Formats: sequence, C-alpha cells, structure tokens
Amino acid sequence: MFMEDRQVNVSDTDNKAYQPKIAAFLCNWCSYAGADLAGVSRFQYPATIRTIRVPCSGRINPLYLLKAMANGADGVLVSGCHPGDCHYISGNYVARRKFALIKSLLKHVGLEEDRVSFSWVSAAEGVRFSEVVKGVTERVAALGPNNSVFKVKDGGGTDE
Amino acid sequence: MSQNKVGAVMIVGAGIAGIQSALDLAESGYLVHLVEESSAIGGTMPMLDKTFPTNDCSMCILSPKLVECGRHLNIRIYTNSQVIKTEGEAGNFKVTIKQQPRFVDVDKCTGCGSCAEVCPVKVDDEFNQGIGKRKAIFKQYSQAFPNAYAIDPQKCLFQTMGKAKGKDICKKCLKACQAGAINHDMEAKEIELEVGSVILNPGFKVFDASSLEYYGYGKIKSVVTSLEFERLLSASGPFDGHLVRPFDQKEPQRIAWIQCVGSRNAKVNKNYCSGVCCMYAIKEAVIAKEHSHIPVDTTIFFMDMRTPGKDFEKYYNNAKDKQGVRFIRSRIYEVTEAEDGSGDSIIRYSNEDGQISTEQFDLVVLSVGLEPGESSKALAQTLDLKVNKFGFAELEPLTGVNTSREGIFAAGAFSGPRDIPETVMQASAAAGAASALLSQERGTLVSEKEYPAEKEVAGDVIRTGVFICHCGVNIGSVVNVPEVVEYAKTLPTVVMATEKIYACSQDAQASMKELIEEYKLNRIVVSSCSPRTHEPLFQETLKEAGLNAHLFDMANIRDQCSWVHMNEPEKATEKAKDLTRLAIVRASMQQPVQPVFMEMNHDALVVGGGVAGMTSALSLADQGFVVHLVEKAPELGGIAKRFSTGFRGEDIKAFLAGLIERVSSHPKITLHVGKEIQDVGGFLGNFTTTLNDGEQIRHGVAVIAIGGQEYQPKEYLYGQDPRVMTQIQMDEALVRHDDLVTKAQNFVFIQCVGSRCEESPYCSRTCCTKSVKLALKVKAKNPTANVFVLYRDMRTYSYFEEDYELARRSGILFVRYSENDKPVVNKEGATLVVTVKDHVLDRPIEIEADVICLAAAIKAPEDGKKLSKWFKVPLNNEGFFLEAHMKLRPVDFSTDGVFMAGIAHSPKNMEEVISQAKAAAGRAGVALSKEQVESAGLTAFVNKRKCTACGTCEAVCSAKAVSVDLENRVAVVNDALCKGCGACASSCRCGAINLRGCTNEQIVEMLNFF
Repeated sequence: MFMEDRQVNVSDTDNKAYQPKIAAFLCNWCSYAGADLAGVSRFQYPATIRTIRVPCSGRINPLYLLKAMANGADGVLVSGCHPGDCHYISGNYVARRKFALIKSLLKHVGLEEDRVSFSWVSAAEGVRFSEVVKGVTERVAALGPNNSVFKVKDGGGTDE
Repeated sequence: MSQNKVGAVMIVGAGIAGIQSALDLAESGYLVHLVEESSAIGGTMPMLDKTFPTNDCSMCILSPKLVECGRHLNIRIYTNSQVIKTEGEAGNFKVTIKQQPRFVDVDKCTGCGSCAEVCPVKVDDEFNQGIGKRKAIFKQYSQAFPNAYAIDPQKCLFQTMGKAKGKDICKKCLKACQAGAINHDMEAKEIELEVGSVILNPGFKVFDASSLEYYGYGKIKSVVTSLEFERLLSASGPFDGHLVRPFDQKEPQRIAWIQCVGSRNAKVNKNYCSGVCCMYAIKEAVIAKEHSHIPVDTTIFFMDMRTPGKDFEKYYNNAKDKQGVRFIRSRIYEVTEAEDGSGDSIIRYSNEDGQISTEQFDLVVLSVGLEPGESSKALAQTLDLKVNKFGFAELEPLTGVNTSREGIFAAGAFSGPRDIPETVMQASAAAGAASALLSQERGTLVSEKEYPAEKEVAGDVIRTGVFICHCGVNIGSVVNVPEVVEYAKTLPTVVMATEKIYACSQDAQASMKELIEEYKLNRIVVSSCSPRTHEPLFQETLKEAGLNAHLFDMANIRDQCSWVHMNEPEKATEKAKDLTRLAIVRASMQQPVQPVFMEMNHDALVVGGGVAGMTSALSLADQGFVVHLVEKAPELGGIAKRFSTGFRGEDIKAFLAGLIERVSSHPKITLHVGKEIQDVGGFLGNFTTTLNDGEQIRHGVAVIAIGGQEYQPKEYLYGQDPRVMTQIQMDEALVRHDDLVTKAQNFVFIQCVGSRCEESPYCSRTCCTKSVKLALKVKAKNPTANVFVLYRDMRTYSYFEEDYELARRSGILFVRYSENDKPVVNKEGATLVVTVKDHVLDRPIEIEADVICLAAAIKAPEDGKKLSKWFKVPLNNEGFFLEAHMKLRPVDFSTDGVFMAGIAHSPKNMEEVISQAKAAAGRAGVALSKEQVESAGLTAFVNKRKCTACGTCEAVCSAKAVSVDLENRVAVVNDALCKGCGACASSCRCGAINLRGCTNEQIVEMLNFF
C-alpha cells in the first residue's frame, strides 16, 4: 500500500513546454486524504493541480466547473469517495448525478470532454491518486491550453 | 486498595508514551502530574528523522501532541525531576519528586537563545548523539516544550567554579538575557504530590556499541550507531539533513547496516530481540537513498529479517524489490578501518553457506538494540517493582500494563523493547486502567480551559497574516519558502507574511499570538502540511489569541506539494504560491462560526465477545460506563477457547473462564450473545445499532473487536491426511493426548503457510513463537523426538528469542527455506515425506514425518466488510481494519467514536491483544467522559428571502437535517443533525441555502483568483 509503484521520475509531461493548470476539487474524507497519503508515500505526480478542499463531492456546484474554466483552468478534476463509501452516506451519488448532466451540457456547448474528469479515490489509495493526476494531466495536456467558449478575460464577473 | 481515592495520576517519563497517557487522562477528567527527568518533554521521538512504515516525519506527527500536552490546563509538567519516594497504596499514593534546578525561570524565558549565543562553553550535544555541540545553557531541540533554556550545572563555568568560591565567574548569560529569566541561585526542591495511580514510561537507552570491540565503534570514525544516523538524516540534525559522514563531511555512497548489535546476544546478557531494529534499518536505508543527492548503495547485514508488525512486510518487500536495498543474511566477524586512508570501514562476514567475504563501505551503521536506562532501573528500585533478568520491568501476565504493584501501570519500553504504535497502545491502555481504578473521582480535580473573549470582527477591515512553514527540510528543500513569503505579501488583505522552520512548534504558536496582537490580524493563513492533521492545533492558537477558530485556512504545501514534486522545485514553488493565494482568498471571506453542542449518549457498544471484546467491555464498565457486548457465536470466548497455554506459560482455560465470569456478572455489562448486528446508524454520541432480533441499542461509541480467522491451508496435503494439522489443531491434540501426537517420533513444523506470500503479503506475527513453544512441548514430553522447524526468518521477537535459543539447545533443528523453493510434502505409501532444500548444506534433505504442523496464517475477520460499511470505517488491502494513524492513533478510526482492538486490527499475540483492548477502552472512555459532543458548527444555513420552499434540499439531505416548513414556505436546517456535507447548497436552484465555512461565494472567489 505504501511504497509500491513509487515513481521517482515524474511523468513525461513535464518535459513538454506546456503544462496545464487543473482545478482539483477533492472531498475532505477520501480523495483529499488519498492525496495526503500519496504525499506521505512520496508518489510523485506532475505539479499541475491546484486543490480546492470541499467537505464532500456532493458540495460541488456545477457552476464551479464553469467558473474554473472561465478563469483559465485548463481542466477540472473532481474526486470523491467510492460509491457506497461516502462519509455523508450519499453525497457522492448527488455528485454523480450532477456530473452526468454537466458532462453532457459541456459536450453540447462544444467543450472537449477530456477537460473535465471525475474519479473516486479513497483515503487508502495514494497510488491511485497519483495515477489519476497523471492521467488527467496527460489528457488535458494533449488538448493544449483552454481557449474554449468559457474562457473570459475577467472571469465572467462574480456570481451574486 | 485505599478508600480515599484521588482523581489525579502521576506519569513518570514524558516521551510519546507519557504524553499519550497524559492527554488521555487529562481529557477524561483527571489531573495529571507529568514528571520528566530531562529539561523538555518528547523523549526519543524528536531525535528520529522519519518513522516506519509510513515514512512520516517523526517531529511532524509528534509536534501537535507536544503542543497539546504543553498547553493542557490539567497537565502539570515537572521537568528536571525524578521520583524519590512513594507511600500509600492504589487509589491514594503520596509521591515525592525531586526537581533539580534549571537556573532559568520557565515563565520568563522566551526561548530567544541570546544566552546560548554568548555562553562560552561548548559541550557534546546529547540530543544529536554527540555529533555537533551545544552550549552549557541549552534547549534540547527547537520545538521543545517548555520552550525555555536550561543550564547544565556540570558544564556551566559559574556553576562549576564560581559558585563555590563566591566569585562572579562568567555569568555572561545573565547579562545577555533581556527577559531576566536566568537565576543562578535556584536550588533543588522536593515536591510531594497526592495521586490515585502512577503510570511509568521512562523509556529506554540504546546499547553501548563500544563494549563490543569487533564492531570498531568509537575507534573507526566511519562506524556510527543507528540513532546517530537518524540525526545525520534529520533536518534539525547537526548537518541540517545533508547526509554526510560526520568526520570529513563526505557524502557516503556505500552504506551498510549491521543488525542485532546488542540484541540476540547471550554473551552480553542481551538474549532478547529488540524488535525495532530491522524496521528502522530498512527505513534508514530507504530514506538515505531518497535523501542523498548522489546514488547510494545500501546493504543490510542480518541474521533474520524480523518485520512482523502491521504493513511491515510490505515495507520490507518494497525496499528489497523496488528500492534496491541489498539484504545479506550473514554473520559479522569484524569491522576494521580501511588502510587506504579513505576513512572507510571494511566488514568481514560469513555468508549463510559459510563462505567468508570482505566488503568496503563509506559508512557503517550499527543497529543498536534497546535496553533499560539507568533511571528506569532506579525507578523500578524506588517503587519496589519486579524486574526481569535484563532489568526491564516485569508485567503481570495477561494484563497488558499492570506492574507487580497494584495501581502502578507501565507503558512503552519500560517493560521491554517496543515500537511506537505498541508504546502508544500501551500508553492508552495504562490511562484506561488508571481511569478504571479512579472512576469515582473523575472530574474532581480538573478545571476547564477559559479562552479570552472572542474579538468582534464583523465590519472590520480584513487583515490577513500568512505563515509559510519550512517543515525542517520537508518543504524548504523543494519549495523556495522566502519567495512564497514575498509573494504572499503582495496579495490583497495580507498585512504580514513570514516564514517558520516549524510552524507547529510551541514557540511558533507563541509568536503567532504575538503577531496577531501586533498587526491586529483578523484572518490567519498557514501554508504547511495537511489541515487534516494540523488544523485543530492552529485553530486552538487562534482561540487563545481571541479570534474565532474559523477565521483561518491552510494551504497544504507539503503532503500535496513538496513531497510529490520533489524533483521539480520551481513548479512546486509556483504551486505553493497558488495554493497559498487560494487559501488567503478563502480565509479573507471566512466568517466566525460558533460550535454546536449535542447530547452525548454515555453507553458503549463492544462488537465481539472474544478476549479483546471482553477485555474492552470490562475496562469500559470499570470506568463507569454501561456496556453492550454483542457476540454472534452462541457463547463468549472467541478463538481463545481453543488455546491451552499462553506464551508465558499462562493457563488460558482458567484465564478465559475468569474473564467470562467477570463479564457475565458485571452489573454495567449487558450481554447480547448469539445475536448479530443488522444495521448501524448515527455518529459519535448518538449511534443506534439494530440486532437481528429487532432490539435497538443506543450508544455513544463503539469498539470493534471481532477477531480474525485461521487460514485453512490448501497446501502440504492439509485436509487430506490427519497427520497434517495447523498449530491450533496440534495444540488441541497435545491437550487431549491424541495418539497422533503422543505416539509420533518425527515432527516437522512448516512456517509461513499462507503468510508472507503474494496473496497475503503480511507476517502473521505469532506463528514463529507458537511453533517454537509447541516444539519445546513435544521435546519436553519426548526428549528423543526428532523435531524440525522449516522457516524463512525466525521471528521470535522480544523475549521469545530466549525460547528460540532454548529450542536450539534442546536439539530442535531449524532449517531455512526460501520463498521460491518451498518445502514439498509427499505421501510415499503411508509415509509422509517432507523435502526441503537446506541452505547450509546446499542440497535437498528428506524427512519422514509422523506429524506435520502448519503455521497457518491469521486471516482478517469475515465480517469486516459488513462492519466497515455500517460504521463507515476503512479496511486495508488484506481486510484488516485500518487505523486513523499507524503510529500515533493505533486504536482509533478516523471516524469519531469508533475504535478497534485485537486481531481485527492485525495479527498479534494474546498479551498484545489485551493491551490493545484496554487501549481501545481507554480511548473510548475519553470520548464518553465528555458531557456533550461538540461539533464545529460548519452547517448549512438558509437565506429565507431567496428560498422558494421547493424541497430539493430536503430530498438530497441524507442526514434528514433539512426540512421545508410548509407554513412559512421556507427550508429549515436542524443544526444538530446537519453533518455539513453541502449537498443541499450545491443543489439549491435559488442559491438560498449555503454552507458555513465553505460558501458558494468563497469558492467562486477562489476560482476568480485561480
């Protein structure tokens, strides 16, 4: 669980000139803890994500994804507890329903599907967390910088 | 036992054990007197660099506990003190301690260090194991509590020369100290304290390697001890974590570890295994590779690799297979200095097959064993306690923590070598035992902490203070901390930003409070490690400074930045800046939040009626709590019903009968035997468990102690021939004098059956000792019997080494086999033939066996998955329950109010099970002793004007905390039920419902500053 699969060399994305910046919404109980475990175990992954800690993946309003994109994020990662493991019983199911909808909306308006990723990472899955970040980084990097319909100079103003 | 009990406990020794016991007791309503011989609390842990098997930085995990202990209102700390006399009996002891003068007033000293700067006397620094110097006025380490200097009277010029002659010699420190804290006239004083119980955790010292000349320690400069090596690795060590040889500052490229120095050595009366050295050597090798700028070759010379603890085997496999640490099974002849002038050492050793080799190394690390320190021996003598032949305290059998005197308990290495989790477990167990003894006096001597009135911040201009932590080298060696500080200063709302070597240290907390005052800060941001571990510590500091605890945020620039981007310092620095910026934005929009208090149900549920469950239940009931004990089998006892004798010869049948009797007759214990759990709901303070007969039990905490199961071997003809049996079956056969074993002449024990293999990559811990015990039993009954033990590594840790030695002397033959070349069992006619390749003879040998005893693995409990779901607690890959923290929270789950004990946590022997069961009860007792459950109050709230009463929030709320008030057409949140997940807030189509501490506005603003 701890040291296996450690990779001292970061994935090859860091050699390319362009490195994406990804907003990562992590639930406090599973994925954030999984990210901590990746750290404790020194599983290296690319320095592309900027974490925003939320209590539960169910807390994430679809608006946040659009806001992140509008403010220059090249991609968004949302990660919560595995189905059935939610600290709040069913928050991750709430999240899953929302993301199914937002994904089809984003596709509809012409945003590349790979810019937005959802995953489940438990508190015990440090390796998995680093793999997820590597995977997301590769997919977003392949798409290049985000120049989509959502990217607005001033971030599209604040909500409220 | 005294009738006039006192609700206070004395704890002697303030290492991790003492600190844990102190916190447990102080948190459960007892006054604690913590007595420490040196000038600061902390013990050995602060000296260590990293800890196995998680590679957590030792100081980082200890530091919050140091701070918590140091500032706890109901823990009185006496440094430089020793126990000199005890009177009285359990429940009411009078203990006299002698406090040596510190010559520095702890209340006045600010820890600034001006005194040490001017002090002209340099002496060897004990904290750094003599590598490096300290002054005669010194502080052991930078995070030390008390954060105050102390004068070493044996070294101070004035104390040694001036005082007696009445001359003003030196006294430079006196002039340098602006705080007027230094007082050279302080005198020793005796303090008499009344306590109900005493807990002893004086720790250990390491073996003096210079007494074994052939290792060259003290003569060859490139030979160091493992503790010295820890200091070489440590960021706070003499070379700031730069791995170099102390004498020539050369970076070592070839490092060797020699195991069992001062352990497993009958010639120096150390015929026991120190238990921790194999793991620390592996850890040091792995960390050395990680730490060094140049590639490092690491070699460990060992006899048996002993990694029987939880997840240790995986750590060993990883070091061997993935990290490239070389392991050589060998005997060391001697270490000599290389003659090429390099300062290197040459190790001459013999391989397993007897071949002799020599090899040159830049640095040789001696894995020194643990032994009782002089003060431990003195303490045992002062208190008139039984000690064993090695000088360790002798505990009463099957009690886990009881010394030979009633009311006096022991934890940690006082009673034998122990690693940190075992020590912490025992510390909580001892606290639980003391609490059980004194339960009527709970709460009689303690006082409540009072905080300054909370400053009103509404409407004030936001003034954010930012603290960026180096975490020694953990962050600072990757992230450019000063650059992040400068960057933070440029951000909106920030009025000051500064860096800290360790933001979590006591002095950093003090400075944070001062800066809050000085700059009139009303928001605080700390960029350091994970908020999951350190947020409470910083929030406490805010409260002490009169700020609401929630006017705060943390950026995790260690676990999620420097540790995972070790090879990309520039990108890591950029990320640290971004994360700090996001935290500043979030903090600037935080509003004060008041905690919510909920009712506490003071009953406990214990799941599992084996030794662990019954021990936990008894301890909790003795602490004064009502206990419900649920066991699914038709009777109590668990797997122990099948055991005859314990590892120290105890009569298990009698012990178990006594335990069942006490549990069955205890007025506070309700038994639910033959019942299964059907469902569990709720949270700390308010659980409801439903049994299969429909009964509902309401309880405040739960202890999971559901045991494990014996592996049913598929190999070695098990199940096909009655002569092939498991250890438990053989034990039973011996007890009933079965002809199968009484008439047998040739016995073969096969170790690691279902353990340490690909499917089960862990060691079952107990089987080596069990086989040795069974083999000895056979040999005692029939001295002419031929007994073979086929093993991979004999893991007779601690005092079981003596049994192993006795077995060899009794003529029992130990034959090692390797994982890739396992023994083969065949039936030739009616004869069982075992074939195994002998590594010494280097050829296969055949043994005709009458009995084959398989050391079948201990497997995880079958009901683990169900309970894991119901209580929302995690399992590890092998199905054992996963604790909140492997080192410092060995019986807690990360879910509040749920605890674990026994085999369900990991394989262990009965003594260890009992210790852990008492620890779980101790920890559960801490939770139950609280009047109310306090929750942070980070709940949802409704803006009535925006709410349309559509009911979406009610529909998504799994806690049933939100409901629509149909009369007023508005959603209402029940704060007591709301868990703060925020699903309602993200689902509200009107933006009417929001979450305290994580509002829509905050997150959107963070994204605007992305």
